[in-house]
Amino acid sequence: MAIWLTEKSRIIVQGITGSEGTKHTLRMLASGANVVGGVNPRKAGTTHEGLPVFATVAEAMEKTKADVSVIFVPPAFTASAVKEAIDAEIPLAVVITEGVPIHDTTEFWAYAVAKGNKTRIIGPNCPGIASPGASNAGIIPADITTQGRIGLVSKSGTLTYQLMYELRDFGFSTAVGIGGDPVIGTTHIDALQAFQDDPGTDAIVMIGEIGGDAEERAAAYIEKNVTKPVVAYVAGFTAPEGKTMGHAGAIVSGSAGTAQAKKEALEKVGVRVGKTPSETARLMREIMQNR
Amino acid sequence: MDLFEHQAKELFAAYGIPVPRGIVAHTVAEARAAAEQLTGRVVVKAQVKTGGRGKAGGVKVADDANDAEAKAKAILGMDIKGHTVHKVLIEEASDIAEEYYFSFLLDRANRTFLAICSAAGGMDIEEVAHTAPEKVAKVPVSPIDGIDRARAREIAQAGGLPEKSLDGAAELIERLWAVFVDEDASLVEVNPMILAADGQVKALDGKVTLDANADFRQKEHEAYVDKAAEDPLEARAKEKHLNYVKLDGNVGIIGNGAGLVMSTLDVVAYAGEQFPGSPKPANFLDIGGGASAEVMANGLEIILSDPAVKSVFVNVFGGITACDAVADGIVSAFKLLGDRGEAVTRPLVVRLDGNNAALGREILQGAALPGVELVDTMDDAAKRAAELAAVGA
Repeated sequence: MAIWLTEKSRIIVQGITGSEGTKHTLRMLASGANVVGGVNPRKAGTTHEGLPVFATVAEAMEKTKADVSVIFVPPAFTASAVKEAIDAEIPLAVVITEGVPIHDTTEFWAYAVAKGNKTRIIGPNCPGIASPGASNAGIIPADITTQGRIGLVSKSGTLTYQLMYELRDFGFSTAVGIGGDPVIGTTHIDALQAFQDDPGTDAIVMIGEIGGDAEERAAAYIEKNVTKPVVAYVAGFTAPEGKTMGHAGAIVSGSAGTAQAKKEALEKVGVRVGKTPSETARLMREIMQNR
Repeated sequence: MDLFEHQAKELFAAYGIPVPRGIVAHTVAEARAAAEQLTGRVVVKAQVKTGGRGKAGGVKVADDANDAEAKAKAILGMDIKGHTVHKVLIEEASDIAEEYYFSFLLDRANRTFLAICSAAGGMDIEEVAHTAPEKVAKVPVSPIDGIDRARAREIAQAGGLPEKSLDGAAELIERLWAVFVDEDASLVEVNPMILAADGQVKALDGKVTLDANADFRQKEHEAYVDKAAEDPLEARAKEKHLNYVKLDGNVGIIGNGAGLVMSTLDVVAYAGEQFPGSPKPANFLDIGGGASAEVMANGLEIILSDPAVKSVFVNVFGGITACDAVADGIVSAFKLLGDRGEAVTRPLVVRLDGNNAALGREILQGAALPGVELVDTMDDAAKRAAELAAVGA
């Protein structure tokens, strides 16, 4: 079992003909993911790497029964690509693109909300989602881990890979890289909720980073709603304090956004927080061994 | 990128927002000349990218040019929360009747924009937000609907601004929204927004944070970069498109992925605690997903040109990039640097994990580069790099 992405998922790639889109389409196919086509209005009707290219997401969905779109278009065109996916009501849109302006992300999120949130958005600036042994939508390397019963949700790409690799003997139900941008579609809380409800997941690894208060909010959510064991890691304890400006940030978040504040919030609700990635893996290992 | 107050106000003025007349001065003589030009009472304001400068003594009223010269002398060179004052803004003094607070910013938690408005503006707004939150209106703003004059007026009203200020404030707020959107800002803040004795609503201060992700469509923002304040190594790294931040320790760090590099800084700092002098990370350097030989060479070159660096820790997890490519990169980097006459003389601790890690280690062992050690785990490698830095210090 897995969350959001299963062996039945049918994937299309927006921006399939670009260099990143091509490279990762091939990687996804090699990992066994069911990629069924791509979108590029200027190359509609052609095939690319043996896959049909369509003019729009809606057309691709109609012709291929796709239910997942992975978006690789450049930052300047990302907002319109995501809005197109929202309009087509595709169930899952995974936005890999890095460097999307904050006004664009905030706008496409507002658009998703206005349209009734029928599309789950993961990202932007994320590695995507992988359900080992079932499917892979994005750029998470498929061969560093195995299928298993740990769920993982993370702001960071390479730390996701590190933990997936360290715990490869236990394996993962699903790993979700939600991205570290200030505004993202799917949050830690969304993933925690899905893992809590997933019968194929026994325990959850959560990886956070300094900035914002997403981890503090996740801690409050865990206290009330998550009964499965959670271990966490927060990166950035020794990062130099950013040059914050003005009073506005402090007024809004009510939290310093430091790694220490996040660790304390998580520990207060019974989450064990590793000091390093390997200690975090060790904590999860203990939980899985004593199950 | 944060703007200086004077830059924010120049931007405001370009959008038709009333601001006091002002002139930037880098020296005491320039400050005097500016005050003479403005005539009458002026305010001498430290230009630093941090809050709390008023409380730190960085803002002073001067009665005339002589006084402005004296005040500028006291403020130039002052240290405010670690920021040295290199320039002051000499501004005509305003007759303040009332002080308000206004900002547009990103509300990360709710994934929308927010307008914050209060009639209790000025230096104590944070205090007010804590003790009397009902005096601070926080109004969500949809990026789709935006702000028109009527909406702006409602927000000013919600913030408790008096009737006499509403029209002026609404106009200012509407224009500030244009700055926020058209300039791709993540924060525009006016504290205080004042009602002047003549009835005009003005921006007496300005803070603006611009979104670097929008640089591709905001070409003119490059002019705001404070080149003088940039660390020379950071500037060189930027030219080579490397994500590098100079820190004050002596263990050079190279890794792939921002999260992993941030984590590496933590692990090295912890490991350093057990050695004499507590070695700490000298930098943050993320070489990203595709660590080619050239990127590795450029990264090593930047790190090794920092004289504080006593050892280097290369921490790579092979995800997209396979470790054999990274190993090849290190070997070529040594050759490239040797050819440039900058042979690597400081020890390098390498940890490779993930895709093709065994092959990568084999390549490095075969190359037998001087001073390069392979360590299996991130924790042990961090410890070894810290130990080598302690010995080399």
